[in-house]
Amino acid sequence: MQQVLHTFFSPHDFRLSLPAVWAGFKVNLKLMVVAESLVLVLALAVALIRGLPGRGAKPLRALMIVYTDFFRGTPLILVAFVIGFGLPALNVRALSGLSNFDYGVIALTLVYTAYVTEVYRAGIESVHPSQRMAARSLGLSYAQSMRYVVVPQAVRRVVPPLLNDFIGLQKDTALVSVIGVAEAALQAQGYSQTYANFTSYTVAAVLFVLLTIPLARFTDHLIAARERRERAAAT
Amino acid sequence: MSFVEARNVTKRFGENTVLRGVDLEVDEHEVVCLIGASGSGKSTFLRCLNLLEEVDDGTIAVDGQTITNGKVDVNALRRKIGIVFQAYNLFPHMTVIQNVMLAPVKTGRLGSRQARGEAMELLARIGLTDKADEFPDRLSGGQQQRVAIVRALAMGPKLMLLDEITSALDPQLVSDVLNLVRELAEVGMTMILATHEMSFAREVADKVCFLDAGVILEEGPPAQIFSAPEQTRTREFLARVIEAGRL
Repeated sequence: MQQVLHTFFSPHDFRLSLPAVWAGFKVNLKLMVVAESLVLVLALAVALIRGLPGRGAKPLRALMIVYTDFFRGTPLILVAFVIGFGLPALNVRALSGLSNFDYGVIALTLVYTAYVTEVYRAGIESVHPSQRMAARSLGLSYAQSMRYVVVPQAVRRVVPPLLNDFIGLQKDTALVSVIGVAEAALQAQGYSQTYANFTSYTVAAVLFVLLTIPLARFTDHLIAARERRERAAAT
Repeated sequence: MSFVEARNVTKRFGENTVLRGVDLEVDEHEVVCLIGASGSGKSTFLRCLNLLEEVDDGTIAVDGQTITNGKVDVNALRRKIGIVFQAYNLFPHMTVIQNVMLAPVKTGRLGSRQARGEAMELLARIGLTDKADEFPDRLSGGQQQRVAIVRALAMGPKLMLLDEITSALDPQLVSDVLNLVRELAEVGMTMILATHEMSFAREVADKVCFLDAGVILEEGPPAQIFSAPEQTRTREFLARVIEAGRL
C-alpha cells in the first residue's frame, strides 16, 4: 500500500512534476482549441457537401463519404504517425516544414472532422422536411434555406453530442505525444523516466479530468434543459 | 388568358398516380376552392403550382408563363406565389417578426428597415403587433397560422395557395384564420384553397372544384356544386360531409 501511494500519489513528486506537466498541458489546451475550431467549421462543410442534392454533386458526395469512412475507421495514433512522420519525409515544401504541433493539429482535425460530420448530418436530417419546403416556397434558394432555416436549427440540436465529441478530442490530444508534441503526457513520461516515479501521470490525469468535468456537467445541463422544454411544449 | 392554366397535370409517386390529368383555369382575383376527400390530390396539385412538386405530364402556366418546361427560375416563380400549409411551418428558431421579414430581406425584395415596416403593418392587420418579438411556440395555433399567412403575403404574391390551413386548428380558432382569408378575397387576391370548410367554400369561392381520385370530376359556382351537383360521386362526398356535420 505504501508502495502504491509512493509510486502514484507522492506529494513530493506531485509538486516537483507539476510545472513541467502543466506546461505540457497548456500545449494540450492549445491543440484542443485550434483543432476544435477547425473541426467545427470543416465538419459542417463536409456535412453540407454530403447533403447536396442533384446528380451533378454525386462525385463530391462520394468523395466526402470516402473521407468520413476512412478517417472514422482509422485509429488516431496511425493517422498521427502518418502525418507526423510521413509528411516531413515527403519533402514537399508546404507540407514538410511544419512543426510537430501543426502535425498534431492536422491529425486530430482529420479524424475528428469525420466524426463530427456525422453529428452535423444527424442534426440536419432531424430538421423536418416541411421546414425546408416552407423556406423554398418563400422563394429562398437552396443555399439560403440551409443557411437561415435548416442549419441554425440543426446546430442547436447537436450541441450536446458535439460537446461529447469534444470531450473525446480533449483526451485524444494526449495521443499526439507519439509524434513528439511536448504535451502533458509526454512531459509526465519524461518525469517518470527521470525520477522513477509515476505520480507525474497522476498529475496529468488530474488536469484532464478537471477540464472534462465542467464540460460534461454543462452537456448534461443542456440535455436536461431541452427535455424540460420539450415536455413543456408537448403539454 | 387565365392567370393560372393547368392542362392535363399528372403526378405519380412511384406506382401511385396521385393526379390523373387535372385541368383548371383560375382568373385573376378569382377564389377557387378545391374540395374532395383526403388523398384525392388537392395538396399535391397545389404543390405542383409552385413547383414544390414536379409534374410528370401536362403543363401549367402562371401569369402567362409556362412553368413546367424546366426553364423557369423556380425561386423567382415562388416569390410571386405564396403558399400556406396545414402545419403552419413557421421557423421555430426565429421570432414572429423575423419569420415575416426573412424572405423579403434575403431575396433582396426589400431593405431590412422597409421589410420591418411592412412586417409590422401586416402583423397589425392580424392584431398580433404585440407578439412580434415572441417565438412561434408562444402563440396559439390560430395565431401561428395567421403569421404563416402574412409571412407569405410579405413577399407580395400575386397568387396565394392555401393548403387545408384550418385542418390542424381547434374549432374555436378557425374563424380568426378564415376571417383573414375572407379579407384577402375582398381585396381581390387570387387564391386557390384546398379545404374541408364547406360552408366557408360556399361563401367565399367563385368556383368550386370537386377532386376525386386525381381528377377534377365536377366544377362550377358554389351554389351549383353544393345544391345541385351533377355527379354521383360529388353527391356521395357531400352527403358524407353533411353527415359529419361540416356543412
